[in-house]
Amino acid sequence: MPDSTFLDSTELVLNMGPQHPSTHGVLRVILKLDGEKILGTDCVIGYLHRGVEKIAENRTWAQFNPYVDRMDYVASVSNGLGYCLAVEKLLNMEAPPRAQVVRVILTELNRIASHLVWLGTHALDIGAITPVFYCFREREEALNIFEKYCGARLTTHAFRIGGLQYDTYEGFEQDVKAFCDMFPPKVDEYEALLTGNRIWKGRLTNVGVLTADECKEYGVTGPLLRAAGVKWDLRKAQPYSGYEKYDFEIPIRQNGDTFDRYIVRMQEMRQAVRIIRQAVENIPEGPIMGKVAKVIKPPVGEAYVSIEAPKGELGYYVVSDGSTQPYRVRVRPPSFVNLQALDRMVRGGLVADIVAVIGTLDIVLGEVDR
Amino acid sequence: MSGGKIFRKIFLVDLFQGLAVTFRNQNPKYIVTEQYPAERPKVAERYRGAPRLNNNPDNGETLCIACNLCALACPENLIVVGSERNEQTRRKELTTFTYDLSRCMFCGLCEDACPVDALELTQDFELASYSRPGMIWDRQMLEEGPRPKQYKC
Ligand code: SF4
Ligand code: SF4
Repeated sequence: MPDSTFLDSTELVLNMGPQHPSTHGVLRVILKLDGEKILGTDCVIGYLHRGVEKIAENRTWAQFNPYVDRMDYVASVSNGLGYCLAVEKLLNMEAPPRAQVVRVILTELNRIASHLVWLGTHALDIGAITPVFYCFREREEALNIFEKYCGARLTTHAFRIGGLQYDTYEGFEQDVKAFCDMFPPKVDEYEALLTGNRIWKGRLTNVGVLTADECKEYGVTGPLLRAAGVKWDLRKAQPYSGYEKYDFEIPIRQNGDTFDRYIVRMQEMRQAVRIIRQAVENIPEGPIMGKVAKVIKPPVGEAYVSIEAPKGELGYYVVSDGSTQPYRVRVRPPSFVNLQALDRMVRGGLVADIVAVIGTLDIVLGEVDR
Repeated sequence: MSGGKIFRKIFLVDLFQGLAVTFRNQNPKYIVTEQYPAERPKVAERYRGAPRLNNNPDNGETLCIACNLCALACPENLIVVGSERNEQTRRKELTTFTYDLSRCMFCGLCEDACPVDALELTQDFELASYSRPGMIWDRQMLEEGPRPKQYKC
């Protein structure tokens, strides 16, 4: 017998990605495995790094606006809202009421679109192929509204600093109301497909648990935090763009596992419909653009604005040196911060769970790498 | 385990609930697939697609006054406006206009900046080209617009 054979080596290092369908982009996860058990993980990111923050320093304030859409491209409207709010804070102004209401409608539609991408791909990773088709069918309706409103479907560039460039089109209210009527029964359909399904439950329950304390340690926000039982939503905690006017609930769950995060996001979609309904009922008349100079030159200073993006807290920290170009733009992307918790969530679990956990983190690599 | 739960477990109720949804959606009424090359979808009126340089419909002259505002507004610096001064009228006149589509992100800032609505992003969306130089559009191309092949099947 030789002294040692390959049978003695119990640990295996495995690369997952960067070209892997379940990593939702170009994420590379180095796994250390003992059989099926995960001993540890290490994330390698940066494959999609485009230097967005550096690009900002070479563009004017208005010119940088389309670039933020390209960070979290499935929720580009939220990105645009965050950036516009940050620059507006720097300029010490607010968008007119009509613009604020239209912004809320589009952002909530985008939240639904983003959650639908998450639901479809997450279910696909777990092995349920049907939901993705239905999710994308409904998402299409939301994207059609974006297309009619601003002319683009994914990277919308819908908002401008100070308000809106485009007024609502003829029939905007009807389209949005039709969407609100059409959508909740579809959520019931997804729930009929998944919520009770025993495979779905078996794959998600008690997988990737993250307690409330751990969430706070890592700075994890969004549905992950709320599934752990913390009632924290920036739309309620520090309302922006007139969110204090709408009546909605923050869905929370207690266990902090993957199944609870699924339930929380499903509830969030229903709540988003509720907000849209209230907003579209009374869109005030009036101007859509505040008083902004053609060439934007904010006073010297800095501002930080964070909003509740579909994936968590999305923050923009902008610094102005009084010129036409930003001195610094720093983005606090939710996906990047949430991704840190991956190791804590999968360590000690089985290798099949990592797919479920990456899915439930709902990361977009464009935002992680920027 | 309660009786209801055992019943659901033995008779696979959850599975049949899901299947009911799937079969309900088999109804041909719900087909949403677009037969793309055969039927071109109608895009929205405000769609931001291929750029076009508008001519005055009355006399066929270009509307562009060569003010260069679009080139200044563009974040990607991809528009180059060439102009020369007409000695008789003492006005700037457009000579060349190049637009590098390969770098354009269709954000619409150039369109917003144009004071005379000469530059416009239109509803054409079939912009593929076999070569990189083919993505750089000159003035003639911008005025005439792309002529995509129509496929029949
Ligand atoms: S659409 Fe945007 S990127 Fe394209 S030319 Fe106009 S300003 Fe530049
Ligand atoms: S902004 Fe309009 S008028 Fe001015 S150069 Fe561009 S296309 Fe011509």
